Amino acid sequence: MSAKRYGMSIDIDKCTGCGACMVACAVENNVPPAPEGANDRKGITWIRVFRIANGAGKTAFVPVLCQQCGANTPCVSVCPQQAVQVDPATGIVGQMPERCLGCRYCMAACPYHARYFNWWDPEWPAGMEKTLNPAVAPRMRGVVEKCNFCHGRWHAAKARAAAQGRRDIDPADYVPACVEACPTGAIQFCELSARPDGPGGFRLLEKLGTDPKIYYHSQRDWVREIAAAPGGKEKARG
Amino acid sequence: MDREFIARGVKRCSTGQFVAWITPWTALLLFGLYSAGLCLIKGLNQTNMDNRFAFGLWIFLDLTVIALGAGAFFTGFLLYIMKVKELGAVINSAVVIGFVCYSGAVAALLVDVGQPLRFWFTFWYPNVHSMLTEVTFCITCYLTVLLIEYLPIVLRNRKLREVPGFLMFEFELHKLVYVLAGAGTFLSFFHQGSLGGLFGVLRGHPFAFREGLAVWPSTFFLFILSAAAAGPSFILLTTWLVSKISNKRLVRPEVLPLLGRISGMLLTVYVLAKTIDTLIWINRTSPGAGFAAWEYYSWKPFGTWILFAEIVLFGLVPALILLAPGLRARTNWLVSAATLSCLGIGLNRLVMTLQTLALPTLSFDPFLSYWPSWQETGTFLGVVAFGVLVYSFSFRYLSLFPQERELKQPEAAPAGEPVLAGRY
Repeated sequence: MSAKRYGMSIDIDKCTGCGACMVACAVENNVPPAPEGANDRKGITWIRVFRIANGAGKTAFVPVLCQQCGANTPCVSVCPQQAVQVDPATGIVGQMPERCLGCRYCMAACPYHARYFNWWDPEWPAGMEKTLNPAVAPRMRGVVEKCNFCHGRWHAAKARAAAQGRRDIDPADYVPACVEACPTGAIQFCELSARPDGPGGFRLLEKLGTDPKIYYHSQRDWVREIAAAPGGKEKARG
Repeated sequence: MDREFIARGVKRCSTGQFVAWITPWTALLLFGLYSAGLCLIKGLNQTNMDNRFAFGLWIFLDLTVIALGAGAFFTGFLLYIMKVKELGAVINSAVVIGFVCYSGAVAALLVDVGQPLRFWFTFWYPNVHSMLTEVTFCITCYLTVLLIEYLPIVLRNRKLREVPGFLMFEFELHKLVYVLAGAGTFLSFFHQGSLGGLFGVLRGHPFAFREGLAVWPSTFFLFILSAAAAGPSFILLTTWLVSKISNKRLVRPEVLPLLGRISGMLLTVYVLAKTIDTLIWINRTSPGAGFAAWEYYSWKPFGTWILFAEIVLFGLVPALILLAPGLRARTNWLVSAATLSCLGIGLNRLVMTLQTLALPTLSFDPFLSYWPSWQETGTFLGVVAFGVLVYSFSFRYLSLFPQERELKQPEAAPAGEPVLAGRY
């Protein structure tokens, strides 16, 4: 099987902020509903849609998920017990909840705040557990989790390819849930043979040198200026 | 009631007074155990940490007490390796303080992690590139060293010494003291540094990220220096405080100024190194990552005052006081400077832990604040109470200050009690 380098291309100009990607992700990956007492700082959502504004009545939406950093991956080197690793076959940054100590050093290291801790035991309302995805193991309390480009789907695609005697998966068989659910096609999943940013393209915090594999696009100057800027600028606050 | 456990030649308060002293601390310890129990049983949802503030009060506590506990290794290093014999007057106390600080920090860490029963995974699946692995290994080893160093002090207790086996064991252990001091120094250098490295390697947080030497960011070396500088100050401060509370002369008059001088010299080197590091960070490291350093200080309350306080108020000022023989000779100045130096190290650890996480990295991130929950605060206070209790019991029943019985005490010496000099 040839090594892949998966990534995403997100067109901010097409994103309406509907949140379908967040719901699809939670359902696909068995992310439990937030318990009573949770707030937006303690809840779990592997993909989070931020609203940004230019202060003159214009708004835009920026979906942020694990950026699957390809170089100097901040969360990998800090984990004390190798619970975070980059899969050389896919370039996907994997998280092993079974090995996670829950020290949260990886969360402190992530500049995109795309890692989430299970502050509570995962619980579903009675009856709702029947909707759980059997291909994805729910995570226990006290461990970190994050987007893994729907790893369950990757395994299913590999199994399908093996059953059909193919070494490589069919790209149509492996599409993350958020991509599938986006009604405007703002999120595209792709194998990165070249930078898919083109005109109006950028990556978040590119100067940190972490080679993120999520590429954003916008034809609007103010969106690019705000979304691509580092933190700490008053004008950029959404 | 417990008189026969108290060392010969020293006087301690009555049992009733001692019980009155330890009762509130025991209550605080029980409250801390209850708070920690809630966090362990119900989970870390009992804290006010969150997905952005992944570290909070406990990591700040760990970093600070481990830095303050550095007095144990550094005093041991100066006494046994560099042969600064005068420090023999405080070495036992320094070992107890080190033991208290490190065991308290490890206890807090075990509550802080989400899956405490998996602590052994770090030894089984170590990631050798992680600063936290280095910290875990070194702190575990050093806590063992401190335990072995603490054991002879316990076995020298007047009553325990009556068991010949204990005395022999203590005598044999004492022979290892040079090896232990060397091992302690080596381990401490590495984990103090790695604690700094924890933040210095955070490429994703340009506020904390630093360039350095080989795999070690500059914070690695700054943490070693600052801990070595504040450690003797903390020993000075605790010795003075215990002397005041117990109303006893514990060490000869020249010992505290000596600790102050050592602290002052190291603090001066630290302030110089920190200043150079800050200038490099402002002018090169941070802009290189796309962040203008002045923007970090536009988020209140973390204004530039914090940088000034860290380097000048709690760095340069105590360093100059401790370096001046005239000022050092006056107890008020000496103690004030040692206090400033200890507060400075606390502030530095606070900045590295909380300011790093509070500052936004993405432009659409909000600046966040954090205030610990009562369960976090309770656990924190429990660790403090644990420290006070272990030290109080050690001071009452063990010989922490060998010079105490030779010194003329402010109160009348007990009648009929022979005053013995020497090691026992």
